[in-house]
Amino acid sequence: MERQIRYQREADLEWARQFTKHPGSERLLSCIQCGTCSGTCPLSIYMDLTPRQVIALVREGFREDALRSKTIWLCASCYSCSVECPQKIGITDIMYRLKREAIRSNLYPKRFPIPVLAREFCEMVRRHGRNSEFWVVFRMALRSNPFALFSMARTGWHLWRTGRLSLRKERIRRINELQVIPTVSKEVD
Amino acid sequence: MQPSAKYLYYPGCSLKGTGIAYEESLLTTLRLLEVAVTELPDWNCCGATSYMSVSETSAALLATRNLALAQQAGMKDVLAPCNACYLTLRKSQELVAHYPEMAQEVERFLEQAGLPQLDSVRVRHPLEMLYTDIGVQRLRELTVRRLQGVRMASYYGCQAVRPYSEVDDPHEPTRMDEILRAVGVEPIDYTLKTKCCGGSLTGTIHEVGVRLNYILLKEALRKGAQAIVTICPLCQFNLDAYQAEIRKQTGEPIDMPVLYLTQVVGWALGGGFRELGLHRAISGKKLIEQWFTVKKEAETYV
Repeated sequence: MERQIRYQREADLEWARQFTKHPGSERLLSCIQCGTCSGTCPLSIYMDLTPRQVIALVREGFREDALRSKTIWLCASCYSCSVECPQKIGITDIMYRLKREAIRSNLYPKRFPIPVLAREFCEMVRRHGRNSEFWVVFRMALRSNPFALFSMARTGWHLWRTGRLSLRKERIRRINELQVIPTVSKEVD
Repeated sequence: MQPSAKYLYYPGCSLKGTGIAYEESLLTTLRLLEVAVTELPDWNCCGATSYMSVSETSAALLATRNLALAQQAGMKDVLAPCNACYLTLRKSQELVAHYPEMAQEVERFLEQAGLPQLDSVRVRHPLEMLYTDIGVQRLRELTVRRLQGVRMASYYGCQAVRPYSEVDDPHEPTRMDEILRAVGVEPIDYTLKTKCCGGSLTGTIHEVGVRLNYILLKEALRKGAQAIVTICPLCQFNLDAYQAEIRKQTGEPIDMPVLYLTQVVGWALGGGFRELGLHRAISGKKLIEQWFTVKKEAETYV
């Protein structure tokens, strides 16, 4: 009961309303809670909340509960839910938006590898214009779980032997063209 | 650089790294089909799923630069073989088409970066290109050798057919089966063909990623497939690289070749073992060698 009351005080309907102004989320409020998204999601059984529950939380304005959920990070962006949703809600885009807000508000689970990967990846692309598979995985492991490097070594060896592991740092020539991005974009998302 | 090139090839990071066999087999196949292709000069990262998780606008601008480079090169068709690259480039187009604010951002970005405004660049996937521009009939005619009686599961993965449907039907794609049949391979009825492989999850939440791949492999095996055929470097990597681990975990004797569609088609068209990157497989090496290194006189010519 206590939790129920706290929940209602925490609800931020204005946030939910603002949410619907962004690409893919326009139809958020028309969710009928049918659960098709959770049923079709290949990862829902590994999630703390199902996609349907996350959508319900967002729709009712429970911002922090949605942002702290591991679900948004487990979403692999396979778009099954978006394609199957009978109400045509862009659920994948909603997950993306929640990821961005969680990173910006520092609400993601610390040392959880997925947001760490996202940040390392972006940093590398910002600096070099390209991503070098080996280095981005290496940096992610260092910053989330260095022990994982031992178990990755075996896969690395297979890749090395078949000529599929490149240690080269990839970069583009005209990086200046990408460097205007932060000045141009208003970063509204 | 061929001035007469019809397609601009956008490799993305994987086709230069773990997915290098995809690049090798795609370029070989296109050469055998006498299709002129040239690499997009100074291309940048598509952003994959990570960039979109940090900033939507930046992600769209990042992808857009590649389209503007194609525009600059005076070409219409950008061939993006990686499912994630394909989707990301397509998505940036959709964002521009449907959201005026995003279109403004893109316009300002291109202006400041000194790049041409976008006009009519098309993003293409090799599966769609083989099916639409070359055609099943022509592939059948050009086939010089067949993998007679080999049963394969065509696996599309997610982002090539979802959410956009130019490559194939998002619910029941069949084009890969048609192409395989045309070059003499028997496709099985693989109901998991659009189920996600987990993408980068094998590198982050490893147990979950491996589990998804186990399900995909196990189902292919159960349906009687001898190999899986993919059109995405990440799907190929995930399904190929962790089979030893899956064997150890589950005790199941899974050792299945995971091939690129372009390796199978390229071989049927007469391509060589190494130029199709067939030596780069991690799993199912024995079968791959058995199928693709038959002696000349033993080859079944059509």
